[in-house]
Amino acid sequence: MALRGAIVVDTEKCKGCSVCVVNCPTQTIALAREVNSKGYNYAYMESPESCTGCTNCATVCPDTCITVYRIKV
Amino acid sequence: MDVKDIIKPENRVYAKTPVLTSTTMHYCPGCSHGTVHKLIAEVIEEMGIQEQTIGISPVGCAVFAYNYIDIDWQQAAHGRAPALATATKRLHPEKYVFTYQGDGDLASIGTAEIMHACNRGENIVVIFINNAIYGMTGGQMAPTTLIGMKTATSPYGRDPKLHGQPLKITNLIAQLEGTCYVTRQSVHNAASARKTKRAIRKAFENSALGKGTSFVEVVSTCNSGWKLSPVKANEWMVENMFPEYPMGDLKDR
Repeated sequence: MALRGAIVVDTEKCKGCSVCVVNCPTQTIALAREVNSKGYNYAYMESPESCTGCTNCATVCPDTCITVYRIKV
Repeated sequence: MDVKDIIKPENRVYAKTPVLTSTTMHYCPGCSHGTVHKLIAEVIEEMGIQEQTIGISPVGCAVFAYNYIDIDWQQAAHGRAPALATATKRLHPEKYVFTYQGDGDLASIGTAEIMHACNRGENIVVIFINNAIYGMTGGQMAPTTLIGMKTATSPYGRDPKLHGQPLKITNLIAQLEGTCYVTRQSVHNAASARKTKRAIRKAFENSALGKGTSFVEVVSTCNSGWKLSPVKANEWMVENMFPEYPMGDLKDR
């Protein structure tokens, strides 16, 4: 049984600090080339298929802008 | 499987706690304050004590903590949070009272207040954010600044002959009879953030049991003050702060 996950980033609240990027064990997250209204490159799922929904990114996010979903497949 | 099939309410495993308001935090990107605020809010939610908790916010970047955690707050003069917490807890012994203080607030101007509150063993929780610098005022040297560390007021690095040694105030507090739980944690990665959350929960539980003062130091970053990116600041902290301020429980009884 494998775990599949997905994250939803509140892109307006994200400040692009990259702490989630380095804490992701599966290199799912990267910073977008686009910026939000404050000019920050927000986090997004660059490779969604590798997300396991471990919640590490959301746990370390200082701005609590990540919501995590997980299913067993 | 498509991402759309995963993102459904029934599959949600992590979301912002309702104890945290939806106000965007004023902290710099990657600031440890945001993470610690969230952990406190999650503990309050898990313990179901939102209506019974009173926080004392300090002077420093965290002065606006009352905008972010949806509980009752008071704001103390610089360093005086433990004195205010003492009064609050004695007037409302059934409440959970905690102070949230930085190193400039707690280890410098507020040294007398924290020492005596801990020595009296007030049943309060102290959350101590140690980032070895005065963040809000522009990165001046703090009592906790490391030897050789460059700040706005020690541009050639902290010199022990001129500025004294870094103050390990948590070690001093562990010596006091009034404290029941003294620990040093960090929030730079997921594992350490989860450990810090457990420590904060234990501290709140101790205060309900009337065991004395619980003191949780969180070794933190100030990436703006340190002039590093958030990720580099976390690496610098592990490399330089941890040898001086080692992780773990200093006291637990």
